[in-house]
Amino acid sequence: MTAKRWLTGFVVILAAIALLAACGGGGAAPAEEAAPVEEAAPAEEVAPAEEAAPAEEAAEEAAPAEEEAAPTEAPAEEAAPEEAAETPYIPVISKGFQHQFWQAVKAGSEQAAADLGVEITFEGPESESQVDKQLEMVQAALAKNPSALCIAALDSKALIPLLEEADAAGIPVIGFDSGVDSDILVTTAATDNIAAAGMAADKMAELIGGEGQVAVIVHDQTSRTGIDRRDGFLNRMAEAYPDIEIVDVQYGGGDHLRSTDLAKAIIQAHPDLKGFFGANEGSIIGVLNAVTELGRDDLVVIGYDSGKQQLDAIRSGLEAGAITQNPVGIGYKCVEAAVMAINGEPLDKVIDTGFFWYDATNIDSEEIQPLLYE
Amino acid sequence: MTTDTTELTTSVRERRALFRSDATQKLLAFAGLIALFVVFSLASPNFFKFDNIIGILLATAVNGVLALGVTFIIVTAGIDLSVGTVMTLSAVMSGVFVTFWGLPIPLGILAGLATGALAGFVNGIAISKMKIPPFIATLGMMMMAKGLALVISGAKPIYFNDTPAFRQMAMGSLIGRVIPGFEVPNAVFILFGAAIIANLILTKTVLGRYTVALGSNEEATRLSGVNVDAWKTAVYALGGAFSGLGGVLMAARLNSAQPALGAGYELDAIAAVVIGGTSLSGGEGTILGTVIGAFIISVLTNGLRILSVPQEWQMVVTGAIVILAVYADIIRRRNQ
Repeated sequence: MTAKRWLTGFVVILAAIALLAACGGGGAAPAEEAAPVEEAAPAEEVAPAEEAAPAEEAAEEAAPAEEEAAPTEAPAEEAAPEEAAETPYIPVISKGFQHQFWQAVKAGSEQAAADLGVEITFEGPESESQVDKQLEMVQAALAKNPSALCIAALDSKALIPLLEEADAAGIPVIGFDSGVDSDILVTTAATDNIAAAGMAADKMAELIGGEGQVAVIVHDQTSRTGIDRRDGFLNRMAEAYPDIEIVDVQYGGGDHLRSTDLAKAIIQAHPDLKGFFGANEGSIIGVLNAVTELGRDDLVVIGYDSGKQQLDAIRSGLEAGAITQNPVGIGYKCVEAAVMAINGEPLDKVIDTGFFWYDATNIDSEEIQPLLYE
Repeated sequence: MTTDTTELTTSVRERRALFRSDATQKLLAFAGLIALFVVFSLASPNFFKFDNIIGILLATAVNGVLALGVTFIIVTAGIDLSVGTVMTLSAVMSGVFVTFWGLPIPLGILAGLATGALAGFVNGIAISKMKIPPFIATLGMMMMAKGLALVISGAKPIYFNDTPAFRQMAMGSLIGRVIPGFEVPNAVFILFGAAIIANLILTKTVLGRYTVALGSNEEATRLSGVNVDAWKTAVYALGGAFSGLGGVLMAARLNSAQPALGAGYELDAIAAVVIGGTSLSGGEGTILGTVIGAFIISVLTNGLRILSVPQEWQMVVTGAIVILAVYADIIRRRNQ
């Protein structure tokens, strides 16, 4: 009996290891494939910025760059301890890692790390409500005595004591995506979400003819981006378009399926609805599913960010257009700013990474295409 | 409900009495569902409309199928926290088969079901052989499935754009072709079909009988010579297969396997089962109750949205309903 139980346990563990090994192999492959593509695209754009950097920085960069170039095939773990003394280490702590937006930010920060010869790690909590998990990540990162820290704060106040510690220890802290309510941050690389959502409101008003009912789905009512996009849209509507009525604002947690059912109920509740705004990728995909399922392609649908489904919908005309941020740019700029801060160069308090309106006419243009992700 | 049963026959007799009381609970739940329909229909002219009713049915499909699987597990006095993320993992595996490997759609569906069943099987082994409490074993599986879904998909959604038939399987309407204008998506019928199968398994098969026996009195069942470990593992595997089906339905509806979804879905499924009168202490429960429970949640969510009730209050109301439903169940049992 005991022998049998041990055997079962052994088999289960063996199966788990086999599964892990198989998956690890599968997971690693796309990452390696993806690397060259990422490097190829933004490298040209970025070149002038590097040239502009002062000579001292260039000299410092040169050494680690050579070291990095050689052992690309060797595992990163082996290279790390040897280089630790010279290569600046910058932990990048985001709000998440599994959404496409954060993957794009990650690609940007990795690109910057490769260009500037620094070592980064990119991590974030599983969901955008896990303020506590993020706090632990920051704590662990600071314990490694990094050269600088990049942080997209989930909560604009909760992290301040930790960041003050970092500041006292002489570690420059760079914000990205959203800032914190304190001037500890050397700078913040972010989208002006209020202005961006205001632009969505202008486009909506234009497309529905300045009057009628509009509904909104936002990802949540507590995060900075959720609040800014909602208020940016609603306030612009209220001040500039008195004949447009916002009939409902609901929150779908960025969950595609929940947002779908939510959007369907709103469309059912308001048969005269003319327009629908989805404030992030999950929200807008819910709206698009609802419109498809109910056959209401007469609705003017405006979204945020990108993602394959949204890009397809814009190309096919189902979605009128969307606001895109510059996620790769956010990731790149924050690491770049961190390197500048390490070198003691002056930085503006805010780095506006920009936002753009795109629709079927300019989706494939040179200006827009690099900002979109699938 | 758990009396000191020493023989299986007593548990059967007990079960018969139980069915009578279950009827009351179902009636209560069903009356609640009807009451919700009436209230929302009176409150908004937009509620009782064909499209909206279809919307409610469709919104129930995924949660309903998950809840069917959870019913079996809760009837054994167990719990499964992994249904939500196992659903996601199954959806991802369907995507791997259909989109990455270009295999036929039926194989992709099978892969989803098999992934769910395998995860359930591992849960079952952990619980029955390794004696890990269900709460912990399935908590571990919940995390593992979430991680694996992200690893396998490379943390990117897998789309089914090249295989429109995959979406059509759930979102198309076979009945709409037979009766023009009656466009009820197949997903709704898949839910009802799954419910009928689940009901047959629970009431007409050996597996169903042992599911109830395990929950009523596991020790007595063991003493009467039943291989408790094997049957328990089978129940978890069955529950997992329903999560797999839920994953396939979700992937079909979203036309993509979204690796980041799934967290929190287990709680909706458990709530549906509990509202449907299944006792968390095991030994009793019905599929019809679970289906009604799942519909109560969907109708409530949909109706409150139609009335534009702020979301914060929707959560408060749904939570209160769960507590009231369980309280009604306790009162009913006390009066027995």
